[in-house]
Amino acid sequence: MPPMDDPTPAAIRTEALSRTYARPRRRRWWGRKPAGDEPAEFVALDGVSLSVRPGELFGLLGPNGAGKTTLIKILTTLLAPSAGSAFVDGLDVVTEADAIRPRINMVSGGESSGYGILNVRENLWLFARIYGVPTAVAHERIDKMLEVVGLTDKAKSRVTHLSTGQRQKMNFCRGFITDPKILFLDEPTLGLDVTSARAIRAFVRQWMKERPDRTLLLTTHYMAEADELCDRVAIIDKGRVLACDTPANLKRRVQQYPLYELTLAPGANGWADLEALPGVHQATATTTPTTVELKVSLSEEPAIGAVVQALATGGGRILSLKKSEPTLEDVFIELVGHGLGSEEKG
Amino acid sequence: MPEPSSLKLFLTAAAARTYPRVAWLFRSRTWMIQETILPVLAVSAFAYAYTAMGAPHEYTGFVVLGAAMTTFWMNVLWGLGAQLYWERDSGNLELYVMSPAPMMGVLTGMALGGMTTTLVRAAAITVSGVLLFDVPIDPTSWGLLALVFVLTLAALYGLGMMFASLFLLWGREAWHVVNLLQEPIYLLSGTNFPVAVLPRAVAVVATAIPLTAGMDAMRQVLFRAPGLFDVWAEVGLLAGLAAVFLVAAQRSLRYLERRAKDQGKLTVRWQ
Ligand SMILES: Nc1ncnc2c1ncn2[C@@H]1O[C@H](COP(=O)(O)OP(=O)(O)OP(=O)(O)O)[C@@H](O)[C@H]1O
Ligand SMILES: [Mg+2]
Repeated sequence: MPPMDDPTPAAIRTEALSRTYARPRRRRWWGRKPAGDEPAEFVALDGVSLSVRPGELFGLLGPNGAGKTTLIKILTTLLAPSAGSAFVDGLDVVTEADAIRPRINMVSGGESSGYGILNVRENLWLFARIYGVPTAVAHERIDKMLEVVGLTDKAKSRVTHLSTGQRQKMNFCRGFITDPKILFLDEPTLGLDVTSARAIRAFVRQWMKERPDRTLLLTTHYMAEADELCDRVAIIDKGRVLACDTPANLKRRVQQYPLYELTLAPGANGWADLEALPGVHQATATTTPTTVELKVSLSEEPAIGAVVQALATGGGRILSLKKSEPTLEDVFIELVGHGLGSEEKG
Repeated sequence: MPEPSSLKLFLTAAAARTYPRVAWLFRSRTWMIQETILPVLAVSAFAYAYTAMGAPHEYTGFVVLGAAMTTFWMNVLWGLGAQLYWERDSGNLELYVMSPAPMMGVLTGMALGGMTTTLVRAAAITVSGVLLFDVPIDPTSWGLLALVFVLTLAALYGLGMMFASLFLLWGREAWHVVNLLQEPIYLLSGTNFPVAVLPRAVAVVATAIPLTAGMDAMRQVLFRAPGLFDVWAEVGLLAGLAAVFLVAAQRSLRYLERRAKDQGKLTVRWQ
């Protein structure tokens, strides 16, 4: 039961959700080899509790193998939880899977689905029909979606003749053509060029804006994408949720005070006693042969005026000044302990 | 969004999944040579042997019918049986499982697709066989012939649908076992001779294979040849087999889905 003070049930809710995988054992046709000495189970999700509100665009961020896809598979009724529970649109993924299925759809980046002998339009039609979308409606939506992803001229091309990215775009369309109430996108922009990825992000944002009753859960490795799109983000690693909040709040965690970066012409002084100014939390300077790089963090933001003035009075020439915003990547590195780049997929 | 009833969705899904096979029939040209001319050559070998021996004229008809019906059996084994396996490897299976369409509908579509393409092939074999060897065609009743044919296909493809889920469940091993059985089944089902010449006990066991009962009944109707049992008994048997196989297919699909969800095996590659 949802708490009394929250009248609308969560679109997606998990409670202490866990999933383990049996470690692969080598099999022979006459029987099974006894298991080795490593533990028989691998924990992919470890007590995940999350709640996504209807209308929310929710992001899952995590390094490779964090358990993002595993979580999505459980929510899309493709994988059974090992422990805990999960609800989609208020329905239990284990006992009410049949009722969940008409309401959801899922697309994952790099998926190889589809029939090579069919063309793009026929493929999308087939996967719309299994949701009961009438043919005329399906074609209308297919036209619209192909235009969004820029595949209109490929509508009649066989799937085998598509490039990887084009195939990815076709699958992206597949998710929207059934007009799901809750949509799961697992790395939707994986392997797409910059312009296409941007078009897709813009579309996702607009789709959500036009349909306030829909919910979208997305995983991505692109921090900027999560930052730009998501209302809230959960950072997960090794099957555990490390943090879950709005991107702004997450960023506030790693950087408590607003930070300004100033570049000064060499030979300036007067920056040494900036920390004495009221409202200045900390000031550090690095001297390069051609400039002085100054980082000032402020406990009160208006103090930046006083800082500039103090520098000018001290004879410093300011070459540039910019407010430095923390990125989700900073948050990620702080929480996970390493960047995404250090554990790339092979 | 009104949700379609499950029967309607069953039919829609079956029709949608039939489509790729039918498209393939029109778009791929190589099948004609491979799957029509070669069987006709095989038929010719037996036909000439029977002619040389001075066997009754219907025997050539037996062989042609056997060749045509065997294409369905081949399609069930190699096409339909491996279908779910293939769909999983290509990433389509999880899309079907995730969709609201009943898996049985999707699997029925796969069967119908295979059946349609094989029907064209079997017709080509029959026509060329009949023309080449001057097979007499004078069934006791066209209606009964059609009934037997439809029931044979229903039982065969029901068996194939059951195989499809079992193969996915047990992996390649199950497939190997069925492949081992291929030749014995040719023998038992009497592809190239009347099954009545087999020892009675063996023949009775063999009628559990829908191909055997179906061909025996069709030969009785088409060539007025003596059969194992009365045609109507065989009609009942075929209907029973079809029902049993279809129910078994549905059960094993349900079991398959549950087990695959527990073990994380709906996809081979995970993203
Ligand atoms: N079917 C499976 N059988 C065994 N182990 C699996 C299976 N699927 C996933 N795993 C393991 O579970 C862990 C989590 O995998 P998952 O695919 O959920 O990660 P992810 O967060 O989606 O990673 P990525 O960013 O690389 O997509 C991984 O260590 C993976 O090896
Ligand atoms: Mg993943």
